[in-house]
Amino acid sequence: MNPYNYLYLAALLFTIGAVGVVVRRNAIVVFMCIELMLNAANLTLVTFSRINGTLDGQVVAFFTMVVAACEVVVGLAIIVTIYRSRRSASVDDASLLKR
Amino acid sequence: MTTSTSLGYLIALPLAGSIILLLAGRKADKWGHLLATALSASSFGLGLYQLSQMLRLEPEERAFTQKLFSWISVGTFNVDAGLLLDQLSICFVLLITGVGTLIHIYSISYMSHDRDRRRFFAYLNLFIAAMLLLVLGDSYLNLYVGWEGVGLASYLLIGFWNQKPAYATASKKAFVMNRIGDMGLSFAIMIAFATLGTVTFAGVKEASESASTATLTGIGIMLLIAAAGKSAQFPLQAWLGDAMAGPTPVSALIHAATMVTAGVYLITRSNFIFDAAPTAQLLVVIVGAVTLIFGALIGTAKDDIKKALAASTMSQIGYMTLAAGLGPAGYAIAIMHLLTHGFFKAGMFLGAGSVMHGMKDQVNMRRYGALGKFMPITFVTFGLGYLAIIGVPPFAGFYSKDLIIETAFNAGGVKGILLGSMTLFGAILTAFYMTRVMVLTFTSPERWEEDQHPHESPILMWLPMVVLAIGSVTTGYLFTRGDALVHWLEPVFGEHGEHTELLPHKVVSALAITAVIIGASIALVKYQFSEVDAEAPNKVSILTRLARKDLLQDSFNESVFMRPGQVLTRWLVKGDDNVVDGTVRLVGRTALGAGAELRRTQTGFARSYSALILIGALVLIAGIWVITQ
Amino acid sequence: MLEIQTPEAVMFWVLAPLSVIAALGMLLVKKAVHSALLLAWVMVTLAIFYIAQDALFLGIVQIVVYTGAVMMLFLFILMLVGVDASDSLTETIAGLRPIAITAAVGFGGLFVALISRATLGREAVGLQAANADGNVQGLAQKLFSTYVWPFEVVSALLITAALGAMVLAHHQRSVARPTQRQQSIARFRSGSLAGAAGLPSPGVFARHNAVDVPALLPDGSAAPTSISATLKARGDMLESRSFELGEVDNTVTEEK
Repeated sequence: MNPYNYLYLAALLFTIGAVGVVVRRNAIVVFMCIELMLNAANLTLVTFSRINGTLDGQVVAFFTMVVAACEVVVGLAIIVTIYRSRRSASVDDASLLKR
Repeated sequence: MTTSTSLGYLIALPLAGSIILLLAGRKADKWGHLLATALSASSFGLGLYQLSQMLRLEPEERAFTQKLFSWISVGTFNVDAGLLLDQLSICFVLLITGVGTLIHIYSISYMSHDRDRRRFFAYLNLFIAAMLLLVLGDSYLNLYVGWEGVGLASYLLIGFWNQKPAYATASKKAFVMNRIGDMGLSFAIMIAFATLGTVTFAGVKEASESASTATLTGIGIMLLIAAAGKSAQFPLQAWLGDAMAGPTPVSALIHAATMVTAGVYLITRSNFIFDAAPTAQLLVVIVGAVTLIFGALIGTAKDDIKKALAASTMSQIGYMTLAAGLGPAGYAIAIMHLLTHGFFKAGMFLGAGSVMHGMKDQVNMRRYGALGKFMPITFVTFGLGYLAIIGVPPFAGFYSKDLIIETAFNAGGVKGILLGSMTLFGAILTAFYMTRVMVLTFTSPERWEEDQHPHESPILMWLPMVVLAIGSVTTGYLFTRGDALVHWLEPVFGEHGEHTELLPHKVVSALAITAVIIGASIALVKYQFSEVDAEAPNKVSILTRLARKDLLQDSFNESVFMRPGQVLTRWLVKGDDNVVDGTVRLVGRTALGAGAELRRTQTGFARSYSALILIGALVLIAGIWVITQ
Repeated sequence: MLEIQTPEAVMFWVLAPLSVIAALGMLLVKKAVHSALLLAWVMVTLAIFYIAQDALFLGIVQIVVYTGAVMMLFLFILMLVGVDASDSLTETIAGLRPIAITAAVGFGGLFVALISRATLGREAVGLQAANADGNVQGLAQKLFSTYVWPFEVVSALLITAALGAMVLAHHQRSVARPTQRQQSIARFRSGSLAGAAGLPSPGVFARHNAVDVPALLPDGSAAPTSISATLKARGDMLESRSFELGEVDNTVTEEK
């Protein structure tokens, strides 16, 4: 088997995540899709790390995880705040940018 | 080289006066005129001090420059705001501040009933400052600042009574026509900078020795245009007559004695350019000759005393310009005539003001007559100025005009004879129209309108007139005694070589006096010894009719420049509306339309934005796909 | 030359389709909780892939931090936020879904095609050499030498994020919390007196006392107000009618 197959898998997962971000309305699900995209990226990093024979890719993947954790913490806090004022977790309801 | 630093104060004092008067507002109404007069007088005092300093030095060491501050410093182009005081400038400084102070004094009384007397004095002080800067600047650029400054002061003062639309229009006319001349000056400066790389008098003089004749001719012609604009010379003379809309002291100071002579100053100051550019010099002579006849002809037909005097001013400056165009032989004589003219013409204008003062602002000479009895001082001082201007010995005008006629004859060949004849003819005309003014105003039978009570003016008014009359009597003799002024100015203009004399000095004098007698006699016969109508007669020769209309100068300007200009402007406006504005509006409309369309994409929904990001990513990756194909 | 052993290939071909299916399922299922669980599965799969690819440390971290902590955080927030219309799968923005799917298909297709076209220019190496001292030691070596500065920065980011979350989630009351007395008065003043004595608890008088079983009113009918709104929104409420008592037996006489 070829290690490049992992890359195909990552590409697929990333695309699915992207579609989810656009299609789903629940902010929490949107967030989960973003997490999926980040994980797909991590998979590529790990695979490249293996292909190149250095650990730098894994280090970067590690950093990605930390950043993703931060993002989740802040993002979820924002969702809670929005929910508290609008009683809704739908991203469409927070369409105040237009006005 | 003296290191006196009081040169800046010469300008700063009147400038400060004008600023104080303009900013202080109504509070300064009580003392503003006194302050302005005092500051002008102190400038005159400083001028006298400078003169005394100069007299102590050798002639070659008398000129000095003083750098005030570094003005422009761009690459190799450096202009300092510097002042230059030499024999030529000091003449002007004393004329400006001296006559200026006298006119300040005169105006205290003349303008005493005007609500805006303070503003008037502020403008007068502004004028003095600007004119001093003009004559003291050590470069063409500094001169230009003063040049524009006097233009501004002239505009403000002509339109001083701007509540009358005609006066406001007159000030605008003067300003606009002066712009043409100013453009000439700025072109001259630009040419000098582009080709010679410097704009200081000293620098240009040095560079002109190695410059091409074409360049110098270009600069010369541009300077001539500038001079024609400021000095009301042909073909830019039309504004001077209308400039008489301003208060009479203004006419005396600005439009007779000082500002209008700035053109002559410019030409004589640029003597090194004209000496090296014969074509330009010839043009100067032609302009001078045409103007002197032109102005004199207009003067013969004017019934408005101030306009007659204005035409006379135009004509007399024509004499100066002609003299200045005659090269080294003429510069000093032009300045001499300028100075004597400054005295007698200012005196006569003040006299005219005094007459108007006594006659309820009546300016029509056909409504004067027999005023000599009622205004003896005005009569005598005006008469002395009159004798001076027509050139009766030993009054001032005789000496200076005589020298101009002589120099014109000595110009050589056909040119000399032609110019000499023209100056002589001008002298006849001068004698005619000035005698006409004199007779109509003071000696002929009275033709007053009802309810006139002519009376002599107060002392503050006649005192300056007396001083100026003394000047018109004595200056000619003083200047020519041992060629005093010519020698005084020699370091500036250089020595002029001996000329072949076409006519001996005494013959020229005899001719000039004959001309005066002819002109004066005709006028006496026509106006003193025959009945004069109180209304201007309508059945007159075509020449008179033309002269009354200023020889059609306004009609010419209107039909040749103004109307086509208006048509052009209308077309330009239309073009601007349709093409330029149209383009701009189209851009605006396009932006608006595009915005209205693109706004639809701005739904406010985060998901549609993320869809756009996804499409963007698609485009990006498609791009990579295509590139790596 | 990197040789991929058959067991790994087998594992890949089994788990990869499963993870893709789970990811797609995450997209398609209606309930956010199910999505979260499917995502957790995808993450576990990925953790296995990491370990298979000699990234032992990352694999463990993936399970512990992601699947364990982050996903639990998601579930926690889901519980907090509850259920609302956002769970609906009907599209409200016209044309968005076809556009998104077309773009995504194009994107994914091009992406895969690009990868298939790309060449590294040399053979894949494998991590045997780099992991000679052990994966954790190797990572630590990198982390605390070459990447020590980003490491510190990331730690600062983490602290900032924690503070930010606290600030965001902190709720400042603008009015005083109503006292019990005020609440009671408000209940009586409201339009109906039905709830004046407080809402019934679920399961009261019913056959079961689970939270999804509605209470029975004195007349034997079910009381929908006794069930949590969240359960109702999820459709998790049991049908009240099936819990109502049958005909009331009036024959029973009171015993003296």
